[in-house]
Parts: sequence; structure tokens; C-alpha cells
Amino acid sequence: MRYALRRLGFYLLAAWFALTLNFFLPRLMPGDPASALFARFKGQLAPEAMVALRQTFGLTGASLPSQYLTYLGHALRGDLGISVAYFPAPVSQVIGTGLAWTVFLAGSAVVLAFALGTLLGVAAAWWRGGLADRVLPPLLAFLGAFPYFWLAMVALYLLGFQLRWFPLGHAYGDDLTPSWTPAFALEVARHAALPIGSIVVATVGGWMLSMRNAMVAVLGSDFVTLARAKGLPPRQVALRYAARNALLPSVTGFGMALGFVLGGALLTEIVFAYPGQGYLLVQAVRNQDYPLMQGIFLVITLAVLGANWVVDLVNLWLDPRAREGSA
Amino acid sequence: MSASTRPRAEGWRAWVEAIRRDRAAAAGAAILASFVLLALVGPVFVGDPDALVGIPHQPPSAAHWLGTTGQGQDVLAQTVVGTRISLAIGFGVGLAVVLLGAVVGVVSGYAGGRVDAGLSLLVNVFLVLPGLPLAIVVAAYLPSGPATVALVLVLTGWAWNARVVRAQALALRQRDFVAAAVVSGEGAWRIVLQEILPNMTSLLVAQVIGSTVYAIGAQVGLEFLGLGDVSRATWGTNLYWASNDSALLVGAWWTFVPTGLCVAAVGFGLTMLNSGFDELTNPRLGAERAWRAWLLGRGLSPGRSTPVAVDRG
Repeated sequence: MRYALRRLGFYLLAAWFALTLNFFLPRLMPGDPASALFARFKGQLAPEAMVALRQTFGLTGASLPSQYLTYLGHALRGDLGISVAYFPAPVSQVIGTGLAWTVFLAGSAVVLAFALGTLLGVAAAWWRGGLADRVLPPLLAFLGAFPYFWLAMVALYLLGFQLRWFPLGHAYGDDLTPSWTPAFALEVARHAALPIGSIVVATVGGWMLSMRNAMVAVLGSDFVTLARAKGLPPRQVALRYAARNALLPSVTGFGMALGFVLGGALLTEIVFAYPGQGYLLVQAVRNQDYPLMQGIFLVITLAVLGANWVVDLVNLWLDPRAREGSA
Repeated sequence: MSASTRPRAEGWRAWVEAIRRDRAAAAGAAILASFVLLALVGPVFVGDPDALVGIPHQPPSAAHWLGTTGQGQDVLAQTVVGTRISLAIGFGVGLAVVLLGAVVGVVSGYAGGRVDAGLSLLVNVFLVLPGLPLAIVVAAYLPSGPATVALVLVLTGWAWNARVVRAQALALRQRDFVAAAVVSGEGAWRIVLQEILPNMTSLLVAQVIGSTVYAIGAQVGLEFLGLGDVSRATWGTNLYWASNDSALLVGAWWTFVPTGLCVAAVGFGLTMLNSGFDELTNPRLGAERAWRAWLLGRGLSPGRSTPVAVDRG
């Protein structure tokens, strides 16, 4: 319990760090931040938009500490300012429209890749020197060397345009309205297959390799030899004894890989015009919509921190040593 | 031939020897060398990458070996010229990231106490912050161009290296030769520079390679979003324009396939090179391989753990 709380404290600290970074970035720009920022919008924005923008950044006449407090207060209430690209919609509302799609896409891709890679790693280590152990690692390492979004482009071109097996983009067909029906779920799955598939293909190799190496090390240890000598069924030795222990480094790495994979998922979304955060991010970059960019950064950071905490809890369950508070 | 049966060479010789001995590493080095050569002399042969030389979106032909882009530029010229900036940023960021990580990690691991606690906290915070969104937010506030891309990649990439170096520094600090240096009254900086860092050379080299792979991939991603200087040919901006000119919609695969293959080839070459260094710095791998070869030569197959031979008759 203490471990879980201490980790939670750390993530809160990290969240505060991200918030503070967000506050100071516009103010670190060379020259006067307000005029540098607003010079870009001269003539494009209505005066009231400028006022809203000024307030978003707290670039008022007040002193820096008081600006900071105002900003923190707004952020805590979920007020991330007004979007420039989607004026006059508030940033929190713009982000809210695509958040579920990104969580769905990146979440299922990460979990699928992790599960598949870990199983393959167990198999490769158990039948060491076998076909899976010799062929898959170099092949997957090669695929992993491509940028995720490039694999997505190739997959889209070959399987979407040439073979017409999959739809070419978006999360569901334009002629459908979202509903909780099997038909709509199937439609969503068909649209998500290529984006998720390309991320899984690009990342599964890393999980497989890390699991394989950990598993090989664990298989050489005494307690596994003892379990084998006792005559336990091989499946029990492989999964309950070896794999459970070999899983620990992978689970620890999972939290950190999350942020990285999410970045790749955002770019993949762009290729498929998937209506998630990646698409919003492009709009934000293109329109120099700083409030939206910073809002996306904050929301994604919070999501990653939350997911990391869940991973910590899983770790707690897997590893009794962490439960006793020594780790 | 394995590492254990040959007299071990010293210094640079050892590295060259390790690369030559390992087939994968040699192939990786060859791939890498050809790309460096391409970056250095290639642009002389292909002409101006920005010149409008033909009809947009033409498939590969004798005149334009890799076809033309959506603006009518030569894809081959763009890819070759793009190699220069992309590799320069890749290697530059790779080096800078490792340097920064090594300084933070060594100071943190050697100093211990409050300094260590503070630096470790900073490292851990940077490790959990999602890199790409952070890079985008920072890059958006800076003038776009290669320098900005390099800067934000260093900012978002150093933490992992710092953590690994710190762990290594902590382990080395416990060793007798460091204690001897402390007792003989050497200064902290001298101990760090002369006793601890040289013992991490292999780790640092591996980190430079790994960080370069990261830097090239992340750079292509940032530029694909349009955060680079879009008027200058690099691998990332090539993909940005391919996507912007709807290459997929018109089926112009030649505008994005060559660039992706280049990125992957460099990444794969670097990874293979790393595996050769692994063998050099981790003699157990070589010994294990020699042992397996010895067993196989006698019709035996090795067991799961290293020293056990299983006779499958």
C-alpha cells in the first residue's frame, strides 16, 4: 500500500512538472512572449479571440507568481483555454472529441503487442534455437526499424488501395452514426485493423526480445531446475515458474514504453485520418494553435502517468517483494 | 574462432577486430558506411533536389529513377540530399544525448545523497513524460529548422541514458580500485573522468548507437508533422510532402517508399553493429557460441542453460 501511494505521489509530482513546463514555455521565448505570440495572428483573429488567448496564457499585467497561481487554478478546474483553430471552442472540449478514439487505438495496440510479444518470447526461450527463436527476432527487428507511420502508409497503400481489403481511413464509415450495436462495433474494428496492426507489427519485436532474454536467464536458475527435477508438468514450469518471474522487467518497461508508443500512435492516426489526438495535433501545428498543442500535451501526459500507476499496481500484484515495501 | 581462443587485441584494434569477426556487425558497418558515403558525396551527383524537373507524380523512369514528387521534383535527388541532414542530426543528437546522459548519470551515481536524489527524480520525471507531445510543444515555440529538431530531441531523449549510466556508476563506485583512488587522495573529477568513465566505454558506445537509431526515427516523426524546415529536403520532410501531396490517394508509392527504406536500413545497420559490440563487451556470449559450436560439431545439442549438454542420441 505504501508503495502504491509513494508511486502516486511521484506521478502527481511529474504532473505538476508538466504543468509548470507548460506555463513557462511561452514565457521562455526570446523577446516579449505576448507580442511574439500574437504577432502571428495579426489580422486573422477577432479582438475577443486575442483577449481569450491572452487570458489562456495568463499574459496579463499581473506579476509572474500571481499569473502562475491563476494558471494552476484554471488547469485544475479543467480549463485549458480557448482553441485558436476551432475558435471559440474551449480546448478541453476539442480534446474531448478525440480522446476516446486515441485511448482505444493506442491502448489496444500496446496491449496486443505486449501480449503477443511476451508469448512469442516465452515460446522462443522455451524452444531455444527452434524456428521461432531463429527466424522471428531478426525479422521483427527489421520491421521495428521502420517508422510506425511509414509502415502504416505502406499497409494502407497495399491492403487498402491495391487489394481493397480494408477501409482507407477514419474510425467508421461516413454513412453510420455511432451506436452500441454489433454492426457498428464490427465497422470500428474493420477501420482500426490497419492502424492497430501496423503499430503491433512495429513494436512486437521489442517485447519479444526482452521477454526472451529475461526468460533465458530465468530458465537457467536453480529454482527452475528444481521444478523440473520434481517432475512438474513442463507447461507449469514454463508459465507459473519461469514466465511469471521473467515478466517483471517487461512490466517495468511497459510503463516507460507507453509514452513512446503513444507518440508513434499519434503519427499513425494522421496517416489514417483517424479522428483522435494525432489529427488534432496536426491541426494545432498547422494553425499554430498553442493552447490546443499544450492542452494535448497535458492530457496525454496525464493519461500516460495514470497508465503508469496502473502498471505499478500490476507489478505489485506480480512481485511480492514490491508489496513488502522493499522495492 | 571465438573471443576466448584468440589473444585479445587492445583499444581501437579490438573494436575493428570485433566488427570483422561478427558477420552481422560487419554487414551493419558496411550498410552504415555506404550511407555516410552517400551523404558526403551523393548530393554532388544528383543535382538540385528542389528543382521542378518534370510532371508531378510520375512513376520511376529512365529519366527519374525514383519518379517525381507531387510538385514535380526528382525523388532520387530529394532522398540523397535528405540523407545529409538526417544523418547529421541523427549522429549529432545521438552523441549529445549520450554526453548529457553520461554527465547527469555519473554525477548522480558518484555524488550520491541529495544530489543523487534530486537528479534521479528529474530523470524519472523525464522518463514518464511522453516524448513526442513534449517535443512538439517545445519545437512549436522555436524557429523551425534542423537546430530546433536536434535541440528538442536531446531534451526528450537523454533521461534513459542517464538512468543506465547512473546504475553503472553506482556499481563501479563500490569497486576496490575506486576506493583505492579515493584513499590516495584523488579529486572527485579525476576519479570520475579517469577511473569510472573509461570503464563504461563499451556501454557508452552502445548508447551512442542506440540513441542514434532513436534520433533518426524521432526526427523523421517530428518532420513528418511539419515541425522541421519544410522547404529543405530531409527524410522527414520528404514524407511530410508525400503525405501533403496525397501520394497515397494517387498511388504514388515511389514518393514515400525509398525514404522509409533508407530510415530502416540505417536503423537496422546500427542495430547489427551493436550486436557485434555486444559480443566484444560481453565475452560470455562469445564463449557460449563457441561451446554450442563445439557440441554441435560432436553431434550433441546444447541444453537450455549454458553449461549442460543434452545427448539426444
